[in-house]
Amino acid sequence: MTAILPLWEVFVRAKNGLSHRHVGSVHAADARMAIQAARDVYTRRMEGVSLWVVPSAAITASDPGEADSLFAPAADKVYRHPTFYVVPDNVKHI
Amino acid sequence: MRHQLARELGDDALILGHRLSEWCGHAPSLEIDLALANIGLDLLGQAQFFLGLAGAAQGRDADALAYRRTEDEFCNCLLVEQPNGDFARTIARQFLFSAWQELRFAELAGDADAQIAAIAAKAVKEISYHASFAGDWVIRLGDGTEESHRRMAEGLDWCWRFTDELFAGESAALRPAWAARVEATLAQAGLPTPKPVRGITGGRVGRHSEHLGHILAEMQYLPRAHPDAVW
Repeated sequence: MTAILPLWEVFVRAKNGLSHRHVGSVHAADARMAIQAARDVYTRRMEGVSLWVVPSAAITASDPGEADSLFAPAADKVYRHPTFYVVPDNVKHI
Repeated sequence: MRHQLARELGDDALILGHRLSEWCGHAPSLEIDLALANIGLDLLGQAQFFLGLAGAAQGRDADALAYRRTEDEFCNCLLVEQPNGDFARTIARQFLFSAWQELRFAELAGDADAQIAAIAAKAVKEISYHASFAGDWVIRLGDGTEESHRRMAEGLDWCWRFTDELFAGESAALRPAWAARVEATLAQAGLPTPKPVRGITGGRVGRHSEHLGHILAEMQYLPRAHPDAVW
C-alpha cells in the first residue's frame, strides 16, 4: 500500500520554545492522514507538542554534484567564526 | 464502588486491546501497524485501571482478573471479541466501538463515583483520537475504490448485529447521538446504513461467542502455565 501513497516529511517540536526538527517520513494519502501517521509513528513516547508534515515532493534539495562549489569554500575560512575576541565576563547573554 | 461497571469497561478495553495487538507485524503498512498497536496500548492502559478498580474490593489485582478468569466470568460486549477479519472489518469494529466509548466516557467523566470519573476523564482524550482515526478510515475506504467500498460495507454489516448490546442499561440514552455520528460518517463515505438486524447480546452476563475462548487461550497461556512468573 505504501507504494501508491505519497511520502511526507515529518517535523516535530519537542517542546514549546524549540523549533520543529526533521525526524523522518511517513506515507499518507493526504495531509490529515499524514498528521495522524506522524503522530502515531513519531510522538507516541511523548516526543512532541506540535507536528508539521510537508509533501516530500515539495522539497528542493541541493545537488550533491554541486557540493564542492556550495560547501567546500567554507572549510578553510576560520575567520568566519566569531572566535577571535574575548567575551567580557560580565556579558551574560551571548 | 461500581464493580460491575468497572469490570465491563475493563473487559471491553482488555479484549479489544488484545484483538488490535494481533495486527502487530501484519497491518497493511508500517504507519497503520503502529497506529493500531497504539490504540491497543491505550486500551490496555484503560483495562489496567478499570480491572484494578474492579478487583480491589476482593484483594485481586488487574492481572488476576485478566489472567485467572474463565470466559463466562468476562463481561465485555460481544463486539470487541469479534475476529479482526480484514482491515476494513477491524476499522468498522473500531469505529462503532470508539464512537460509543467516546460518548460513554464523556458521560462517565461526571459520574458520582470519583474513581470511575477520573479514569473516564483521562481516557476520553485518547478515545476521541481512536474514533476520529477509525472514522477517517471508514470514509477513505468507503469513498475509495470499488473493492475498498465493498469491503467496508461488509465489515459494517458484520459488526452491526453486535451494536445493540452497547446500549443496554445505563447507555440507552446515548443511542441517538451515536446513531447521528455513525450516519454522518457513513453518508460522507457514501456507504448505506446497514439494515436493522436482530441484535445479539449476552456478553455483559458472560455468554460469549466461541471467539473469546480462543483469545483467552492465547492471552492466558503463559500466566497459567507459569503462575506468578516474572522477568
